[in-house]
Amino acid sequence: MSKTILTVDDSRTMREMLMLALSEAGFSVVQAEDGVHGLEVLEKATPDVIVTDINMPRMDGFGFIEGVRRHEKHRGVPILVLTTESDGEKKDRARRAGATGWIVKPFNPVKLVDAIRRVAV
Amino acid sequence: MDPMAAIKQTFFQECEEQLVELESGLLRIEDGDDDLETVNAVFRAVHSIKGGAGAFGFDELVEFVHVFETTLDLVRSAKLAATPAVTKTLLRASDVLADLVRAAREGGSADAGAVKIIADELNALLGSAPRGNDEDDTISVDALDFEPVCISLDSIFDLGEPDAPATQDFILRFKPSAGLYAKANETLRLLRELGRLGEMTVECDLHEIPQLTELDPEGAYLCWTIHLTTGVSEQQVREVFEFVEWDCELSIETADVGRLLEALQESLEPHEAPAAPTVVAEPMEKRIAVASPPTSYAAPSDDHPAAAKADAAKSDGSGSVQATIRVDLDRVDRLINLVGELVINQAMLSQRVSEAGLSRASSVVIGLDELEQLTRDIQDSVMAIRAQPVKPVFQRMSRTVREVASMTGKAVRLVMEGEATEVDKTVIERLTDPLTHMIRNAVDHGIEKAEDRIAAGKPEEGALRLSAMHRSGRIVIEVADDGAGINRARVRQIAVSKGLIPAEANLTDDEIDNLIFLPGFSTASSVSNISGRGVGMDVVKRAIQALGGRISISSVPGRGSTFSMSLPLTLAVLDGMVVTVGGQTLVVPLTAIIETLQPKKESVHELGSGARVIATRNTFTPLIDVGAVLLYRDEPIEAASQVALLVESESGAKCALLVDAIQGQRQVVIKSLETNYGHVHGIAAATILGDGRVALILDVDAIVARPRADMIVAEMPVAAE
Repeated sequence: MSKTILTVDDSRTMREMLMLALSEAGFSVVQAEDGVHGLEVLEKATPDVIVTDINMPRMDGFGFIEGVRRHEKHRGVPILVLTTESDGEKKDRARRAGATGWIVKPFNPVKLVDAIRRVAV
Repeated sequence: MDPMAAIKQTFFQECEEQLVELESGLLRIEDGDDDLETVNAVFRAVHSIKGGAGAFGFDELVEFVHVFETTLDLVRSAKLAATPAVTKTLLRASDVLADLVRAAREGGSADAGAVKIIADELNALLGSAPRGNDEDDTISVDALDFEPVCISLDSIFDLGEPDAPATQDFILRFKPSAGLYAKANETLRLLRELGRLGEMTVECDLHEIPQLTELDPEGAYLCWTIHLTTGVSEQQVREVFEFVEWDCELSIETADVGRLLEALQESLEPHEAPAAPTVVAEPMEKRIAVASPPTSYAAPSDDHPAAAKADAAKSDGSGSVQATIRVDLDRVDRLINLVGELVINQAMLSQRVSEAGLSRASSVVIGLDELEQLTRDIQDSVMAIRAQPVKPVFQRMSRTVREVASMTGKAVRLVMEGEATEVDKTVIERLTDPLTHMIRNAVDHGIEKAEDRIAAGKPEEGALRLSAMHRSGRIVIEVADDGAGINRARVRQIAVSKGLIPAEANLTDDEIDNLIFLPGFSTASSVSNISGRGVGMDVVKRAIQALGGRISISSVPGRGSTFSMSLPLTLAVLDGMVVTVGGQTLVVPLTAIIETLQPKKESVHELGSGARVIATRNTFTPLIDVGAVLLYRDEPIEAASQVALLVESESGAKCALLVDAIQGQRQVVIKSLETNYGHVHGIAAATILGDGRVALILDVDAIVARPRADMIVAEMPVAAE
């Protein structure tokens, strides 16, 4: 059975790109538009890895990561944050919130899949 | 269609949406909206464009967006104030951004000159603002306080090739902490990754595993030693631990360095061994410059849940999914007027029915009671349409605080409470100016300079609290500072020097504090351009009173001052005291009334020229016969048979108004006299009573003002003596 990835990003462009890259690599993909939506999706889906953006309306990536880490069922799911090379502070905050790792934007599909492989069982 | 081409199309569609969002957000900021969420939305729009542009390799676009984004990030973190000039530049940058997006879509190129001009302006803004360490990801060397030393092995030992050897032996010591597992990282996966790099042997040290009864299932007890033979560099080995370096103890040394160290140690005996030239990645926290929170929404950086919740709550209120409709204000006002008529009609009907002598148990009376309740509910609901949260005004104040604080070089933190408290739109609109003035005063005069605060044992940063709450059908807004409090000696001295009080006046602390509300009083030794152009607290008081409000101050020396304003929730209805004067029914606004008195013959004194005063609690208050002022009667009436209402006018003057009788207290619907008839001196507005008669609402200030002017003239020679 293919692994399921939950992508959380408010940008349609980004969601479509992630969908394309991940489905071509053989993953199943579920999508959410922001942190609040992401936590809602987690009530139904059981992803193996979560890939989330930081800057989002309603609930940002930090809040979302903390929400997942408090989630009874999904607290052990590896979470990768999409971040930019230059933003060490965000990476740091995401890590403190409980992120497993990060993917530097603009991502390339190979690195994305590689990062997922590194954190997934 | 090629999937990437389809995504590109999505990207350009999204760009168009983001550009609209960006511009409208910037325009709101230009209009003084400094809601953090607005700045965030603007930032997100640009950030989002950057993300896509990077993925599609629109380098020209990325380059510009990056500078734009960095500038907005400074605005967002309050390191760069969104002054009109800055906002203007940002708006022009959004125009350039739109051009660049269009150029990217059409495969052309934008006007490079225009792009450069704006990019240079943005760069100038970046250069002018303080930059925190967090901007820079290459600080790890400094943050580690670690001097990189280049050790040339060749100069000590002949280890062969100066180039990196084809394979290298590494010894890794890796001790995960519990945090590593909490973040869903796994030793097994890390070992698997290491295994991909070359040959390895793994030893696991189990010594720290406690007895089963003491074992924490989420604890970390294992320590790993890995011998790795690989062709990759140490850097690449280290990258395997990229995600976990804060959550483990990790040392990586090359077997060669290990041998070298042993050799060095032997040769240096019995001297102390030098520090090992290994890099130990210990858990470490980068120093992060946390900007002082611009509003209460910016929680400390460690307080993510609260911040996230606040964010979520905020966007729930401003999100696009909100079920709202826009209605022309005129229509709402017409509805309010009609409901006013309904209330009056209902009251008239009630009165007729009660006059008809029907039993209280009759179905008509019961039905009428229900109608009355319904009418009241409708009135409340309609008033609620005009009600708005005070938040926008409050948030404008945070900008004011920032501006004045930076102008005066003080550090001030604004705490806002009860921003969601709702009040009539008109009240909100007319609250902005007095509130701005009070906030400026509080920062400029209330809060001390940093050195004075430190000397007084207070935190260097002053605290200003702006709060709103509903209290018994009114809204109470407080501006509290933790500054030096009112300098009573100085206030008194100024009041005396300006002839506002006699030098020998015996005043309580409270009375002295309230002197600052007197016209012409200004404690500032020079008229600064901060606290207003010679505008004093009297103007603030007048503005608040014009809204049917009251303002008071309480101050504790050394601890700060609190200004408290109490305002009506709406301007469409008024709580009034219905009184009879010369056979006419009049309404006196309840807010003006301090108390009611039954004058005794011996407490009323004639001053000659027809003026009278009444003795109340050791002070003499001018006594005014409302009937005479409004020309209902020619001769002033005997006071002892009357009722006196002790009132306070906007100017703070107290006066006793003589009326024939009090009918009761009632909420009345305000009807403008000017639009229906014309201005009448001494009358503020009109209302229609339950019996269908028109009752005039008294303009207390106008009534009080004329005789008061006479009084001041009369007092002046006394004060001068």
